[in-house]
Amino acid sequence: MPRVKIAKKATDYDMTPFVDVAFLILTFFIMATKFKPPEAVEITTPNSVSSKELEQKDALLISVDKEGRVFFTIQVEKDQAPIQAIIQNMNTSRNLGLTNAEIAAFVKEPVVGVPIGQLKQYMALSDAQKKNFKMPGIPVLDSATNELFLWIRDAKSAFAGKPINYLIKGDNNSKYPVFKNVLSAFKRNEEFKFKLITSPEDVPAGTDLYKERNKR
Amino acid sequence: MASLDTGDSGGGHKKGPGVKKAKKNSTRLDMTPMVDLGFLLITFFIFTSTMQTPTTLDLFMPKDTNKDEELNKAKESGALTILLGKDSHVYYYEGQLNVDAASNNFKSTNFKGIRDVIINKKRSTPAEDLVIVIKPNEEATYKNTVDILDEMTINQIKRFALVDILPVENELILKTEGGQ
Repeated sequence: MPRVKIAKKATDYDMTPFVDVAFLILTFFIMATKFKPPEAVEITTPNSVSSKELEQKDALLISVDKEGRVFFTIQVEKDQAPIQAIIQNMNTSRNLGLTNAEIAAFVKEPVVGVPIGQLKQYMALSDAQKKNFKMPGIPVLDSATNELFLWIRDAKSAFAGKPINYLIKGDNNSKYPVFKNVLSAFKRNEEFKFKLITSPEDVPAGTDLYKERNKR
Repeated sequence: MASLDTGDSGGGHKKGPGVKKAKKNSTRLDMTPMVDLGFLLITFFIFTSTMQTPTTLDLFMPKDTNKDEELNKAKESGALTILLGKDSHVYYYEGQLNVDAASNNFKSTNFKGIRDVIINKKRSTPAEDLVIVIKPNEEATYKNTVDILDEMTINQIKRFALVDILPVENELILKTEGGQ
């Protein structure tokens, strides 16, 4: 007769600490994640070895999507006065006839994706309609009707000498002529410094830049 | 034990009528699905948070005035012209374009090959003479343009210019692309 009973070991483990840790990490990542600001279109940016981080404050963002449509976004840090000034100015100079509510809506979401002539029509749409509306983009291809030039000019005067970051965000598959015309719109405004938004990429081994970065 | 008991699966009927066994309810829950979901979300947030760090590539363009004259001066000694065409094709020539029967310096390569071309050119030319002229054509994508600008950073080329393509060069590209 056996005296000692072999204790039955449980086949399942207490997962509670495991779950605790898992959810702690989960909470951390949820809090640490910064969601990207809403954008007019989805754009896949090309890669570059540049390691400079993007500064989003006081910037004009020109987005070019894969179909070559051009969008103009005004990004400010806090003070929304420049956006207000830009749209007011455009409203009066082009007789757009925007109502105060429409201007307020624009200040809230300062994205231009339509020719100036259609801006009133676009701003009059309801939010749901705006979502379904396919914006044609700002015309840039012809230098005579390059409206991006006007937007940049107005933005420059609205920011009144404050340094502005000119960000260009192009899609991998957009064609070069559009990009060239975006640059020419800037050049006509006497602006020659741009920041192209890219995704980070490793420096290929053995190249000059690789050697220099590893020296430090 | 750790999973839900689904009642009379198996030999429930064997106990006979009237014999009711009090069911012992387990106090333990199967946490596996919860953990699965937790880790799925963790994975999702890890991926989204690391992907969201865009960088910027600085680009300085020159003024449009007197550009040709300046370029011509450099062209004599150490110019390398890179042309970008359709489907990520890269074409290049050194110095002046020469495409007669005797000599043809218009060559075709791809993005992998162009780096060696740039490196060789950089080694063989004095630094102050080296100028790289980049000419994307109508079919070149924005990605190609950024990639080639990136090559300038990678190979630490100090002087390069983004210039409009000449009709002659564009025709050559189209001819090469048509012939392939």
